[in-house]
Amino acid sequence: MTDPILAAEGLSKRFGGVRALDDVSFTLQPGEVLGVIGPNGSGKTTLVNCLTGFTKPSGGRVRFRGRDITGLAPHKIADLGVTRTFQVMRPWSSLPAYRNLTIPLCSPRAKRLGGWRGGGRHGDRDTVAMDILEELGFERGSRVPHQLAGSLPTGYLKRLELGRCIALRPDVIICDEAFSGLSPSEIATLIPLIEQLRDRGITLIMIEHRLRELFRVADRVMALTFGRKIAEGPPETVLDHPEVRAAYLGPGGEQP
Amino acid sequence: MPDDRRKERLDRGIRVRTESVYALSSVREIAYLAAPRALLIGGFLLLPLVVSPESYWGRVSLSVCILALLAMSFDFLASYVGLVCLGGAFLYGVGAYSTAVLNVYVGLPVFLSIPIATVAGAAVCTALIRPCLPLRGIYFAIVTLMYPLLMARIIEAADVLGGTEGLRGVDGFGSSWIEAYGLIAAMLLFLFGMRRYAAENAGLVIRAVGDDDQAVKAAGIDVVAVRTRAVFIAALPACFAGAWYTHMYSGTGISAFAMDLSIMPIAAAVIGGLGTIAGGVLGSLVLVPASELLRDFGSLRIVAYALLLTAFVVLRSEGLLSWAARRYHQFERWVQA
Repeated sequence: MTDPILAAEGLSKRFGGVRALDDVSFTLQPGEVLGVIGPNGSGKTTLVNCLTGFTKPSGGRVRFRGRDITGLAPHKIADLGVTRTFQVMRPWSSLPAYRNLTIPLCSPRAKRLGGWRGGGRHGDRDTVAMDILEELGFERGSRVPHQLAGSLPTGYLKRLELGRCIALRPDVIICDEAFSGLSPSEIATLIPLIEQLRDRGITLIMIEHRLRELFRVADRVMALTFGRKIAEGPPETVLDHPEVRAAYLGPGGEQP
Repeated sequence: MPDDRRKERLDRGIRVRTESVYALSSVREIAYLAAPRALLIGGFLLLPLVVSPESYWGRVSLSVCILALLAMSFDFLASYVGLVCLGGAFLYGVGAYSTAVLNVYVGLPVFLSIPIATVAGAAVCTALIRPCLPLRGIYFAIVTLMYPLLMARIIEAADVLGGTEGLRGVDGFGSSWIEAYGLIAAMLLFLFGMRRYAAENAGLVIRAVGDDDQAVKAAGIDVVAVRTRAVFIAALPACFAGAWYTHMYSGTGISAFAMDLSIMPIAAAVIGGLGTIAGGVLGSLVLVPASELLRDFGSLRIVAYALLLTAFVVLRSEGLLSWAARRYHQFERWVQA
């Protein structure tokens, strides 16, 4: 085993009397795809927020390559290479789709790692942005990349969220429900892309409701209910775990 | 009417794919795009020749420029950064007092004190507003509203910087032509400079912060640093306006922090059209002369003024410039089918 790239140690978050996250620990190996499943309100998005600095955890630590990053500002964590998508998409609606990638391409991290010259008015960034969009299935030469992000349909917006992470040249991408709201055919185009990112050495955490699709890409799955980790392991084992089945199907639930 | 002709929009062939990408292929098309800008620039440059800078309406036209600079400042912050600043008078007043101090106490000549007051004043404003920058929306608005009131009361109570008397004996420009053309040129520079900046990468980042700051954080960019830079840029035209006006009237006083200097620019920006920067210029061109013409109404002046404002906002809520731009793009010509 190599050193974990990202690790949570006893992560907790309380909102008043509600324990949104309760002593959750896990480690993430470089190049791994970790799936996180759980019913609504089980603390999945809170976990993303705690890992990426959008919420300060009430207890516990987050380590990135061994360095304690608990409570660091979101932009600093992103600058280290831990990026996220938002479950409820947050495009910059007043900018065209490809300009939505210009913003992360202008970040200090992208400038450090990018290597493009940035010459001219917008320089090579436009080319890089278009390349990433094409990778994501935005037809190059069509009007879609030029459309205002606010007018794009959900499928494109989900991919745009991912594109903004890719533009940062990330080490880790945390996808908060990248598949939800997508049609089966849209998911089918997204899965090879996820695999491609993994093959490029990017480590992924995928928060998902769509179990079947998730299990196609995830190496390992962690299940949460009421903020607690109840199971972790290979996809099949986790799904067979009695507590997981109870959480999804109710007590005594049968295999669907 | 021959049947082989049909109507075609003038901008047909110019607009491809999007609002922002143009393909120009002839002088005529370039002229079509450049005409509104040429009209604005030409109009302002001819203004002092048409109405003498020393005449009453000449002075009014310079007030138009001052208000336009303040409106641009407000529009930039409100539309691009998402910071509604109700304290425009603060920026104006700091510029005004800075140049007065530099000119009267330090003894710098006019054309040194104005640029220094503009940049240094904007830096001071930015430093003082900086603690409020994590705030958004109504919170930022209400806090900035306090700033000019605070400054006026401090100067009054502590009796510093001339106290209630104000600072007098500031140098004039020597020539009313320099005074007029300097102000007009600076206003046009600020206008096109800010529009250009908003289209640059740095400007795009600022607009992204106005759109959704959480997503900007997720993109590894320090939102407060971006807002700080934006406030500095927006403070420049306002401080410049304050500084220039101080030299026009050889002095300044606590009225430089008056409430109408915060509110009037907002009205101008709204009437002209938010999100365009140029809208503020158009709004000022309507508001300032209207305010002068309404003097005939005596004590009913404010009533008439308020009605005019209300009518504009209700009937043309998109703003004059946005409305005019839409109509301009709808011009049609007859073409051979």
